[in-house]
Amino acid sequence: MADELVLLDCLVSMFGMRVRIALAEKGIKYEYREEDLDNKSTLLLETNPVHKKVPVLIHNGKPICESRIIVEYIDEVWKDKSPLMPSDPYQRAQARFWADFVDKKVFDAGRRIWRTKGEELEAAKKDLIDALEILEGELGDKPYFNGDTFGFSDLAFITFYSWFHTYEMCANFSIEKHCPKLIKWAKRCMERESVSKSLVDPITVYEEILMLKKKYGY
Amino acid sequence: MAEVKVFGAWGSPFSKRVEMGLKLKGVEYEYIEEDLKNKSTLLLKYNPVHKKIPVLVHNGKPISESLVILEYIDEAWEGPNILPKDPYERAKARFWAKFIDEKCVPPMWKACWSIGEEREKAKEEASEALKFLENEINGQKFFGGDTIGLVDIAANFIGYWFPITEEIVGLELMTQDKYPNLSKWAYEYCNCSFVKENLPPNDKLVEIFKGIIQAQPASN
Repeated sequence: MADELVLLDCLVSMFGMRVRIALAEKGIKYEYREEDLDNKSTLLLETNPVHKKVPVLIHNGKPICESRIIVEYIDEVWKDKSPLMPSDPYQRAQARFWADFVDKKVFDAGRRIWRTKGEELEAAKKDLIDALEILEGELGDKPYFNGDTFGFSDLAFITFYSWFHTYEMCANFSIEKHCPKLIKWAKRCMERESVSKSLVDPITVYEEILMLKKKYGY
Repeated sequence: MAEVKVFGAWGSPFSKRVEMGLKLKGVEYEYIEEDLKNKSTLLLKYNPVHKKIPVLVHNGKPISESLVILEYIDEAWEGPNILPKDPYERAKARFWAKFIDEKCVPPMWKACWSIGEEREKAKEEASEALKFLENEINGQKFFGGDTIGLVDIAANFIGYWFPITEEIVGLELMTQDKYPNLSKWAYEYCNCSFVKENLPPNDKLVEIFKGIIQAQPASN
């Protein structure tokens, strides 16, 4: 019986992009449905009643929510193809730790950058730079956060690369100046088809954010 | 021989989660109590990113963040499962554990220690979040089924710490009327021998919380 997969998503969502990369890595076919977050579909509200957010992966009618959880699910179900998580428990713990760090520190500061002005914006910029510098330190001289090969921790963070231009424009700074290794790493990841096909053009993201800023007065 | 250390704080539910996980697997460990007002050099070395407890150190290698640690414990040692085996059930367990940490604990804690409008807002948020858990537990003995699992361990704050705090600060949030399933779960949870052995003493927690109240400015 063929698997039926539906992904409820939003083009510019860095969380949705994570799932798209995972599905591409495994060569899995699925139906993509774009959600209008101002007019959420009944299916989205039914499959994610708790958070009402994208992405949601519906596998043979059963919904899975929260991007990191979805990616681990995909990795466990399609375990024989292109493993994303390392096999060693300690390395797995590190991968989960850093993916969690990205969500807690990078996402939050990034979000504040395009939604605030003045002093609040400056504080958000400092927080983002601090978080990125910690990641730069963690990457070190490794080709990937996962080590020699692309893995879960790279997947979790690379989707934010689509948003770097937006952060830089809103806060008037250069990420490359602070974190040159991160930019080299990002370009290395972009050589991977699953990544280059799943990430959205940074200009598209920025245009979307400009539209939202205008609409909501940020 | 494996060397296992836990850097924790006796009153912290996050710290206790890790100890519960290790005890479930029957793992022997050395416990190091941290003074959170004067963190040790060792803690800062093992968790330079967040500088927090709990930290598990296994053969010299540190792991931080209680939910990450619990998954590590489940994978590193044999014994009763902390997470289910089925991928879909695992995804559900992870979902609810994350939900507890992000949507339940913060407003519940805030509702205890704030006043006026801030308290009302936190109460409202916490009430809504707990409704989802109330529906989820729905007649089962534990979130993990017949035995304790990841979600039950993650919900230790809800089962033990919160009812104690609620009573001291005079907040009526998690009542039996509003949350019969959750209240039943909390009772089962706190009374099962495994959990009972691993909770900090009620009277010591009461002392700490009463101290916090006394240190607060006079409320209106």
